[in-house]
Amino acid sequence: MSWLGSTGAGRRARDRRPPRHRPEAWWALALPLLLFLVLPLLALLFYSTPAELRVNLARPEVRQAIGLSLRTSAWATLAAVLLGLPVAYLLARREFRGRLLLDNLIDLPIVLPPAVAGLALLLVFGRRGWLGAPLDDLGVRVTFTQVAVVIAQTFIAVSLFIRAATIGFAAVEPELEDAAAIDGAGPGQVFWRISLPLARRGVLSGVALAWARALGEFGATIIFAGNFPGRTQTMPLAIYLGFELELGVAVVLSVILIGCSFVVLLLIKLILGRGDSDD
Amino acid sequence: MNDRVRHRWVAIALLVFLALALVGCGGAQTTTPTEAAATQLPTATEPAETEAETTLTVFAAASLTDAFGEIATAFSAANPGVSVAFNFAGSNQLATQIGEGAPADVFASANRKQMDAAIETGRIDADAPQVFVTNRLVVVVPADNPAGIVELTDLAQPDTVVVLAAEEVPAGQYALEFLGKASDAVGFGSTFGDDVLANVVSYEENVRSVLNKVALGEADAGIVYTSDAISEPGVTTIEIPEELNVLAEYPIAALNDSAFGEEAAAFVAFVLGPEGQDTLARYGFGAPSGQ
Repeated sequence: MSWLGSTGAGRRARDRRPPRHRPEAWWALALPLLLFLVLPLLALLFYSTPAELRVNLARPEVRQAIGLSLRTSAWATLAAVLLGLPVAYLLARREFRGRLLLDNLIDLPIVLPPAVAGLALLLVFGRRGWLGAPLDDLGVRVTFTQVAVVIAQTFIAVSLFIRAATIGFAAVEPELEDAAAIDGAGPGQVFWRISLPLARRGVLSGVALAWARALGEFGATIIFAGNFPGRTQTMPLAIYLGFELELGVAVVLSVILIGCSFVVLLLIKLILGRGDSDD
Repeated sequence: MNDRVRHRWVAIALLVFLALALVGCGGAQTTTPTEAAATQLPTATEPAETEAETTLTVFAAASLTDAFGEIATAFSAANPGVSVAFNFAGSNQLATQIGEGAPADVFASANRKQMDAAIETGRIDADAPQVFVTNRLVVVVPADNPAGIVELTDLAQPDTVVVLAAEEVPAGQYALEFLGKASDAVGFGSTFGDDVLANVVSYEENVRSVLNKVALGEADAGIVYTSDAISEPGVTTIEIPEELNVLAEYPIAALNDSAFGEEAAAFVAFVLGPEGQDTLARYGFGAPSGQ
């Protein structure tokens, strides 16, 4: 999990180059992990014939789940970015009391079992929850709606965004921001014109991680948003229930989910790889 | 400099913590490595001190969790040297695991279909399964009953928030069966089933989470098994009449490749015997003959 580490360490390590090792030896040592990661994916991919995949892909409930997943995870990513940017900037730029606690709090959703997150969200946004009860009096119900799906995904994914964006902001030289301010740029201008563009690598990889995590979210969603085809049944939920009844549906959705995640992560890496000197 | 020293101490503390956790886990459990590896298997009821010579592995439907836990304690007391380890999960998952060769001595399924699936794998003889218990559906509402549901027809009232089990799991299929029967019955109206389905906001992945959603007040009503409802103080029940209800039969069987055939048969007999049946009745299950 390189995004959890500090950016400085990597740069320092590159400066004092180690003596050349035999690359074959490293490949041999890396092989067990490569197999461990690749074999399950291949097994999934070759479980069905292409024809079966196509038939299952044409099913309305499968398409519904795909559309719903893409839509909700996009909203969740947007929410994570809007809500997470200020926090990431604060963490990267300011020393304040309780900074360690805030930092630790941000990490919690990463390690929390998603089912716990779902239950906690129910206790806040549910009909008898802290916020849910007053909302219910106004005739607004959150649970079992698409909004609930987005809330659950945001809760789980926002930490990953903040982590990566913080590293991005921390790598921006404060002198550059100071110089812009001296030249007359307002705080907003400094952020949008200097800090954010220079931190884009971290911010973009945060976007990718958050999006991929939101797309795969299962535990919090099924507890907080329930399961209703076309309304709250995202791809991971359809996969789980497909596992109960029809393995074919589960497999085709799994393949699509993996494909989506792989392509998006790859795209972001390609974008990031262009331009700067690192990596 | 200071930082480096501090980092070293933090790293040492972390390693010590991890080491303690590793050792602690190893010491606390008396299960075999394979059982410890499958963390989902609750090691359940064996008393830690007794040196059990035989550990029976029982695969049982999730709805049996509480009742079987108690039965296992009584069984071990009656059979010194034999302890029971459980794998509780949805019957379909259990049948899949049996098909994949998971080590098991006894299988207790929540429906005939998954027992048949296990028979097809060849690890259970076709004539082995015996119905040991039955279950019925019941409507549950939150204890404070916010929607004011007092009879079954109220489920069809507009704006009633209803949750059901997904049709992929047996309880969901049974609920649909009940709605179908009721729609044909006198006093419900032919649109009853459709009206109730229009009120459904979620098809939950298992019957326990239907119960939880109702107990938490997220839903105005749900349909669960009687055995689920009896254990939850947060809900009140509305009975479904005999002629509209669905009888779920639970079969149990020992696996034919069990290394402890004698003990496995003894456990099945114990569940079918008076002590097992008494316990199951206390947890809201019906007797197999009550058809």
